[in-house]
Amino acid sequence: MNQGRIVRVSGPLVVAEGMEGAKMFDVVRVSDQRLIGEIIELREDRASIQVYENTAGLGVGEPVESTGEPLSVELGPGLMGSIYDGIQRPLDAIKAVSGDVISRGIEVPGLTREKKWDFKPKAKKGDKVGPGDVLGEVQETTLVNHMIMVPPDIEGEIVEIKSGEFTVEENIVKIKTEDGVQELNMIQRWPVRETRPVKKNLAPDAPMVTGQRVIDALFPVGKGGTACVPGPFGSGKTVIQHQLAKWADADIIVYVGCGERGNEMTDVLLEFPELEDPRSGEPLMKRTVLIANTSNMPVAAREASVYTGITIAEYFRDMGYSVALMADSTSRWAESMREISGRLEEMPGEEGYPAYLGTRIAEFYERAGKAICIGSDDREGALTAVGAVSPPGGDLSDPVVQSTLRVVKVFWSLEAELAYSRHFPAISWLRSYSLYTDDLEDYYIENFGESWIQMRERARTILQEEDDLNEIVRLVGIDALSPENRLIMETAKSIREDFLHQNAFHEVDTYTSFEKQFKILDLIMHLHDRSVECLQSGKSIEDLLELDVKEEIARAKFTPEEQLDSFEQIKSNIIAQTETS
Amino acid sequence: MSMIKEYQTVSEVAGPLMLVEKVEEVKFEELVEIELPGGEIRHGKVLEVNQDKALVQLFEGARGVSTSGSRVRFLGRGVELPVSEDILGRVFDGQGRPIDDGPEILPEKRLDINGEPLNPFARDYPSEFIQTGISCIDGLNTLVRGQKLPIFSGSGLPHSKMAVQIARQAKVLGTQESFAVVFAAMGITFEESEYFISDFRETGAIDRAVLFMNLADDPAIERIATPRMALTAAEYLAFEKGMHVLAILTDMTSYCEALREVSAARKEIPGRRGYPGYMYTDLASIYERAGKIMDKPGSITQIPILTMPEDDKTHPIPDLTGYITEGQVILSRPMHRKGIYPPVDAPESLSRLKDKGIGEGKTRKDHADTFNQLYDAYTKGLAARELEVILGEAALSQTDKMFYRFAEAFEQEYIKQDEYENRSIEETLDLGWKLLSALPVTELKRIDSEFLEEFLPKFKEENTEEETS
Ligand SMILES: Nc1ncnc2c1ncn2[C@@H]1O[C@H](COP(=O)(O)OP(=O)(O)OP(=O)(O)O)[C@@H](O)[C@H]1O
Ligand SMILES: [Mg+2]
Repeated sequence: MNQGRIVRVSGPLVVAEGMEGAKMFDVVRVSDQRLIGEIIELREDRASIQVYENTAGLGVGEPVESTGEPLSVELGPGLMGSIYDGIQRPLDAIKAVSGDVISRGIEVPGLTREKKWDFKPKAKKGDKVGPGDVLGEVQETTLVNHMIMVPPDIEGEIVEIKSGEFTVEENIVKIKTEDGVQELNMIQRWPVRETRPVKKNLAPDAPMVTGQRVIDALFPVGKGGTACVPGPFGSGKTVIQHQLAKWADADIIVYVGCGERGNEMTDVLLEFPELEDPRSGEPLMKRTVLIANTSNMPVAAREASVYTGITIAEYFRDMGYSVALMADSTSRWAESMREISGRLEEMPGEEGYPAYLGTRIAEFYERAGKAICIGSDDREGALTAVGAVSPPGGDLSDPVVQSTLRVVKVFWSLEAELAYSRHFPAISWLRSYSLYTDDLEDYYIENFGESWIQMRERARTILQEEDDLNEIVRLVGIDALSPENRLIMETAKSIREDFLHQNAFHEVDTYTSFEKQFKILDLIMHLHDRSVECLQSGKSIEDLLELDVKEEIARAKFTPEEQLDSFEQIKSNIIAQTETS
Repeated sequence: MSMIKEYQTVSEVAGPLMLVEKVEEVKFEELVEIELPGGEIRHGKVLEVNQDKALVQLFEGARGVSTSGSRVRFLGRGVELPVSEDILGRVFDGQGRPIDDGPEILPEKRLDINGEPLNPFARDYPSEFIQTGISCIDGLNTLVRGQKLPIFSGSGLPHSKMAVQIARQAKVLGTQESFAVVFAAMGITFEESEYFISDFRETGAIDRAVLFMNLADDPAIERIATPRMALTAAEYLAFEKGMHVLAILTDMTSYCEALREVSAARKEIPGRRGYPGYMYTDLASIYERAGKIMDKPGSITQIPILTMPEDDKTHPIPDLTGYITEGQVILSRPMHRKGIYPPVDAPESLSRLKDKGIGEGKTRKDHADTFNQLYDAYTKGLAARELEVILGEAALSQTDKMFYRFAEAFEQEYIKQDEYENRSIEETLDLGWKLLSALPVTELKRIDSEFLEEFLPKFKEENTEEETS
């Protein structure tokens, strides 16, 4: 491979000449410091390179060498519990080399080479295997059974398969293919910008239960679905993403901190090992992979980080797991595209973003989905993708928001006004939507009966009515409302404050099982129905506003999961206090 | 080490930029020295190298720089700050040169002012409560050691007063250590800077302070280096000398304007309102230089100050800042007009790190709940106040009126305080209870019943005593 020479350095963009033979998206090594870069434009022998590390100190004439390979990640045992930078360098390994700060030119592999994994073969000599077939398993953490699969491009007959303790680099299987015998170890390398194949895409048919009431009840996301959380700064995007990472009933979590705060990643790093998975009781970190390219780390690696994340997520999806990927924030990813595009002097589109912004965003979310995975056992996997969006000034006409809304199916709209009044999660119950509610109907009916859907729709109607009534109240005051409408306002308030409002930092309130959600909403609606009857039989609205049981309903959300029986008592109190005789 | 070459090949000077041709081995971000025909020395740094051309950003601007006769030397290193413990108590200009009458700093080392990004894996999560003695910070927007919490202000609002009060009163409970202050002035007036300096002098804080001054009449482009100088000093003191540093950066708006000037001169595609598209990244490279490091004793707590053009929070400067910092304290003109100091807009202000810095063992166990309740009640009061403005008092329900009164009392008693009043966290929390006790218990939904039982009776009694007396 020819060595090129730098002719231009402008921020994260380096241009090199003499790059004959190099290909688009090849990874290159820049200067004697061997900084990592990627070719993003080629004109004859002149390559434009985005460099994933700080370019200060680079100058004209320094060497550039192509590796001939596209930007790839290493997939295999050792991913779980890791924290990586945007191009899959483990931050703990970087710390071991360069101390508290991230120096340049550090080369560390994505998967640890030292550790030996206990490989248990599932296939045997003589088996004919193809892409995605499971060769064996490694219990990677107490929560994750890591399947060692045949890579997507290999097919043949097993001529030897080992069993026992191996590092990821040691060969464990020999497969006779058309092009001769191939030896495989536990590492698959995969180019991050390329979608990993599936056999067949399926529509999501079960919700990803998050334990967050406003999401599960009103705006659910299907397993294998896509969602976005746009909102101004401080409206709660990161807290929602963290909450999902903690409590969502996914097997695997991939969390991408893209161009955001260092402390937020530290928070996850310190907190997750301490938190228990509500289903297994194991530390949450054991099912989590973190990608951290914080705002002070090089901007080009920010662009790569979401791809690194989703490739890792796809890999676990391929094993038949339900994977959830969180990206916070996709705006920073889009901005890094904009910055590089600007330096390439491409024709800018809206707000200076490149014209291909929409395509890139769509391609990214297309990598999510529920699918029949490759492999002969037809296992089903799901990859749910949730992206935060940070529009300037919270303005939803922002190109990143608009491009995202065109492709995702769930919109959790965060509102500054709600955040100011500390109504969290500040998800607007009027403006948000989920396009999965229909797909998930059967699931709800099967698991909770018809009543859940009815109750949810009624709650939603009441919130809508409240909004209309608010208009009237603003014009003429609350006293002008009929008692029935006063009651609607009151119930809506209860839905908002006692159900939708959820404190992520409260020990109990932080997670609510579906059963408990159902029961709380049931209490609220039950009181509403009884109150309607009371009004009909001539009771005054003022009396109804003062019922003691309202306080019990307000505190229902703080009831620990194992004490849900106490809700029966509240229910009988409702009945007793709304006696119409 | 090669000899430093000198060039007389300046081909263009425009705004804060200079193009030098026929150069060799020039490095991106390299420090540049320009000797004018009269012998005056100027500085700059390389913004871009392209073939044999180097684009140089001139810290002192282009005034007096000509294409002929200027000698340009590329110094083979980035912009650096010489440091040693002797920087404490000293005053420097915006490029880190002493401007008090003291001696040159005998450097223990020279540090590149861009620093290197802290590895998130090496960070320690900030969680130690800093008592500032200001209720609306301690109670509602709690500051912790290692946080970056900016003040969003407007021209003519008392942000300096507040920053000085924080610097004067800040302490971590249970420790004797006081903060070292690193102060970076960017484009502020002499008078404003004197206000800070004289207060530091009075309290003796000056001995533990390092000041970097780029005033309104100093070269604007130099400002781009100033906060980086200051934070380099802060990192040295915090992470090499184990000190707890409070870094005050004011005014970030002037900083951003300098950034815009350079971007416009480079004819870059402008982002919103003419500010460069990379301003988020640029600001992050400043604000993220706050925090704590695992197993190291020191910390950097950052209080950047910015004035919002036209009091507009959605302006790119406050907007991008808010997206990077860990909350914001917003000052409000209406509150200021009402005579309330500090004129903090409580609902719009936020400290994101408070959750792990409050509660039992840090402040008090009832803190989180009462704080949620205070917010809830105050915002309800503000809504009632708005209603009253539109419809008149008659339109208010009993509940509305109650919250209305609460909001008034909250502003006058809780938020408002004297610039020399130093309230303990206990006092602040008790004050919150006192105000909440005027509301019926049924409205105190956000407070755990255990705390209601423990704290409320005490304040209920006080309230009724007051009423009867
Ligand atoms: N569910 C919640 N419960 C309690 N507090 C919350 C909740 N959601 C958000 N908050 C509060 O709001 C603050 C800001 O939330 P968060 O950091 O998630 O905002 P963000 O939208 O990610 O902002 P940015 O765009 O600047 O990153 C949190 O620090 C917390 O105090
Ligand atoms: Mg965030």
